[in-house]
Amino acid sequence: MTQMTFARAIYSGLRKSLENDPKVILMGEDIGTLGGVFRVTDGLQKDFGKHRVVDTPLAESGILGTAVGLAYRGYRPVVEIQFDGFIYPAFDQIVSQVAKMHYRTQGAVKMPITIRVPFGGGIGSPEHHSESPEAYFTHTSGLRVISVSNPQDAYTMIQQAIASDDPVLYFEPKRRYHDKGEVDESLDLSSALSMEKARVVTEGTDVTLVAYGPLVKTARDAALAAADEGVSVEVIDLRSLAPLDFATLEASVRKTGRLVITHEASQSGGLGAEVAASITERCFYHLEAAPVRVTGFDVPYPYSKLEMHHLPGLDRILDGVDRALGRPNSLSGLEG
Amino acid sequence: MFTDDAGKAGMTAEGPGNSAKSNRRTGGDLVQLITPGGERVSHPEFDSWVQDIGDEQLAALYEDMVAIRRIDSEATALQRQGELALWPPLLGQEASQIGSARALRQDDFVFPSYRDNGVAYVRGVKPADIVKAWRGNALAGWDPYSVNVATQQIIIGAQSLHATGYAMGIQNDGADSVAVAYFGDGATSEGDVNEAMVFAASFQAPVVFFCQNNHWAISEPVLLQSHIQIADRASGFGIPSMRVDGNDVLAVMAATRIAIDRARHGGGPTFIEAVTYRMGPHTTADDPTRYRDANELEDWAAKDPISRLKALLDRKGLLTADLEAAVAANADAVARELRSGTINMPEPQPLDIFKHVYSTPNSSLDRQQDHYTRYLASFGDPAAAASEEGAR
Repeated sequence: MTQMTFARAIYSGLRKSLENDPKVILMGEDIGTLGGVFRVTDGLQKDFGKHRVVDTPLAESGILGTAVGLAYRGYRPVVEIQFDGFIYPAFDQIVSQVAKMHYRTQGAVKMPITIRVPFGGGIGSPEHHSESPEAYFTHTSGLRVISVSNPQDAYTMIQQAIASDDPVLYFEPKRRYHDKGEVDESLDLSSALSMEKARVVTEGTDVTLVAYGPLVKTARDAALAAADEGVSVEVIDLRSLAPLDFATLEASVRKTGRLVITHEASQSGGLGAEVAASITERCFYHLEAAPVRVTGFDVPYPYSKLEMHHLPGLDRILDGVDRALGRPNSLSGLEG
Repeated sequence: MFTDDAGKAGMTAEGPGNSAKSNRRTGGDLVQLITPGGERVSHPEFDSWVQDIGDEQLAALYEDMVAIRRIDSEATALQRQGELALWPPLLGQEASQIGSARALRQDDFVFPSYRDNGVAYVRGVKPADIVKAWRGNALAGWDPYSVNVATQQIIIGAQSLHATGYAMGIQNDGADSVAVAYFGDGATSEGDVNEAMVFAASFQAPVVFFCQNNHWAISEPVLLQSHIQIADRASGFGIPSMRVDGNDVLAVMAATRIAIDRARHGGGPTFIEAVTYRMGPHTTADDPTRYRDANELEDWAAKDPISRLKALLDRKGLLTADLEAAVAANADAVARELRSGTINMPEPQPLDIFKHVYSTPNSSLDRQQDHYTRYLASFGDPAAAASEEGAR
């Protein structure tokens, strides 16, 4: 076990993948000489060379499109999108090419491309630097979408993503980059929990609280606070956003009968909607109350002095827990 | 006014184009080795690149071009007969496609657009596989690795980046093969083609950008895409370019060989503009009489790529009755193969819809497949249920 930051854990996973497979190539803006704007790839170009850690021109569609060509040639490109809000110029290549190539070619052409996306808010950034675009991609067939919440998963799941023969979007919560945690670098990928599985991170009996990425920490803090009031919250870290691990979710909801889901992304059409609808379909008769969503508002990401109103914090999450439990809450007296 | 070649009005003075100063030439005047009347004209720079094309090779090129024109007309007929949902004719572009594709080595890798069916044919794709996607029996008709041709791209220009990335891979592997991106004049307005040229130049990737300027992007004339000659766009990226008569199979072949040779030997990317003409509609669903003048079609018919090569063969005394019969027999055989392969193509099965979305099992999709299987089974006869679904 080694104590390291979230960012260092991603670095360490990337390094391991570069060492283990000569077909792994890192591509992105400023990832080489500079080591990335968050320094996640710091030093990798020096050690692995300019052909394996590639500083690209500033063209996101170009990065993804050339990654498709490299994958065609048998490479495993790992692409860094510098900030969440910069992914849209690459949207067509991701949705029309990366996601569909395997289906289009009836399995002949694999697209083992990993797309790293630093995402989420809370760091006081200007516009386009704090977004949560994951639902655009979970809606797209052919992609796998994961989000990591702690250094150990960051280390393990980046390697699992790179090893996957399917394209994977890897959403990393940039406001947690400097959080530290224990990482077992000797962990064998095959014995580690699959990147498709959710994980119960806090056990509880009264309500299931589902989170992913940056809000897992907030959700765990909320569970601790709730425990002080005698409410037992079970926190689930989704880890995989597509596909969703309904087995783990169902088992928890069948036990607690209540469901709260939280994410930074806007509410409408988001992950919360999918989880709520699917859980309602699958275990309606186990639910004691309607599922509750605690999410960002349906607004463009706001200027930074207001972002803490947009981002679900501990208190808003607890308010949602109270709604699920039918306890007094901010919406008491309102229908629905 | 829109019928002129791109950018005549906006062209900057460049001096005489054909007497290129170096082999890193740009654009310039149209390179031609065979006149529309079938006369072989010499060219100081290009001649040496097709020196080896003797009588036999000329006849083979002629046979290829006649064959793909026959594929094109047969596919159009199949569409009219309801056997294909749609077909994008390449009529008029035979020299561009054959001249370029026949300049490639088997280990070179082609990234074509949906109209490059002649390229697919000479690379070895079976005629029925060429139309498979147009019949709706698959999204793509062949395994790219079996012929080193990617599946045809429908998103305009997207494949130019794939070719460039593939070329970067060739470079990393230390191989000497080349990637070729095929696209049209309309695609040069797309961001992806421009980004591809940026990447190709930055990494000096072994890629050839082969643009068939067929003058029309559905209904939009080339002048709407560019106010300079399309080939001249490349110089802005630091990429050498050539502008050749795309209805002249020898000029196209020479230009492609120059570009391929440069890429193979570490000289980086080249842009070729093959100036040709889409004599047919955009697709069988299109009606070009709504947007273009019949006179324009007549002008281009006089420059027809096949008549031109035929005239050259005739001048050289090669157009014997035997050759004509062999060429016709080959085209007939290809057409028969296309027709029977199309009509007898196995139908996809309902549950094929779920195949190959992912390369490894996916729990969400597996559940949907399971539910749909049960749904079909609830009819007692899944096949009957599927056809009933289709009928609605």
